[in-house]
Amino acid sequence: MIDDVSHYLAMGGYAAFVWPAYGVALAVLGGLAWYSWRRYRTSADALDKLQREFRTRR
Amino acid sequence: MINRLANPARFMRSSAVALPWCAWASLAVLALGLYLALVTAPPDYQQGESVRIMYIHVPAAWMALGVYLFIAVASGVALVWRHPLAEIAAAAAAPIGAAFTFVCLASGSLWGRPMWGAWWVWDARLTSVLVLFFLYLGYIALVNGFDEPSRGAKAGSVLALVGVVNLPIIKFSVDWWNTLHQPASVMRLGGPRIDPSMLVPLLVMAAGFLLLFLTLLLLGMRAALNERKALALRLNSAPAPGRVAVERPVAAQSPIP
Repeated sequence: MIDDVSHYLAMGGYAAFVWPAYGVALAVLGGLAWYSWRRYRTSADALDKLQREFRTRR
Repeated sequence: MINRLANPARFMRSSAVALPWCAWASLAVLALGLYLALVTAPPDYQQGESVRIMYIHVPAAWMALGVYLFIAVASGVALVWRHPLAEIAAAAAAPIGAAFTFVCLASGSLWGRPMWGAWWVWDARLTSVLVLFFLYLGYIALVNGFDEPSRGAKAGSVLALVGVVNLPIIKFSVDWWNTLHQPASVMRLGGPRIDPSMLVPLLVMAAGFLLLFLTLLLLGMRAALNERKALALRLNSAPAPGRVAVERPVAAQSPIP
């Protein structure tokens, strides 16, 4: 079982190239997704707050 | 339909419905794609397991080109018809395209080291994709480099349209020049020259990347529209003295004799 896993992780000797390629993709695209979500939430919350202020002032 | 969706208020309503579907679909398709690419796809008879880098590298390259084409078309629409959403769409797509281009370059480098014996060579394909990456960065810097957003969008649109000349250079670089990079094996006349056991995972990963692009594009466009609306509200509700100061004195408006 453990031999199977380590055999799989070794990627036929190319582990040092295959896993970093997938890691870079996950880090870059995952990071962008996280950043996009944060920016969206921040913008929506800020707009909500402004609209509430605007309504109470009028 | 384009005209109907191009209304920002309508876009906010329809994208609110589409966004969760796009997000969950991209997660599901990417999970399936990763399973196919990392588990069921066979090793290559020459390249062994290193061929699994292809399932990241090739879809990322397709997206790098496709997103740039999207930005160029949206920029053209923004310049010619002044569609309010077109420049927002172009600006929101740019960081996503840059990310895919970076993933393409990095995974290609990690594939080139074991297969070619070099992390990087200055040949036509690799250099033209590096130029594409810098075009993305230049576009992003230009769009955000002006105090007035509309001027930045206009300058960026022109750059995006001029940069389109790079796309056919990238696509045909492997045919026009001698290069280490292999020629096209999927998008070629006469159909794909790749076994279905590898083609299917490749296409599933490509579909996952496309859905991810749509998700992030909608998120970015909605964020930009929220920010613009908040800015407009703030300017509208500014106290009266601020408004007077913005108005130009009558003397300054008369033409110089």
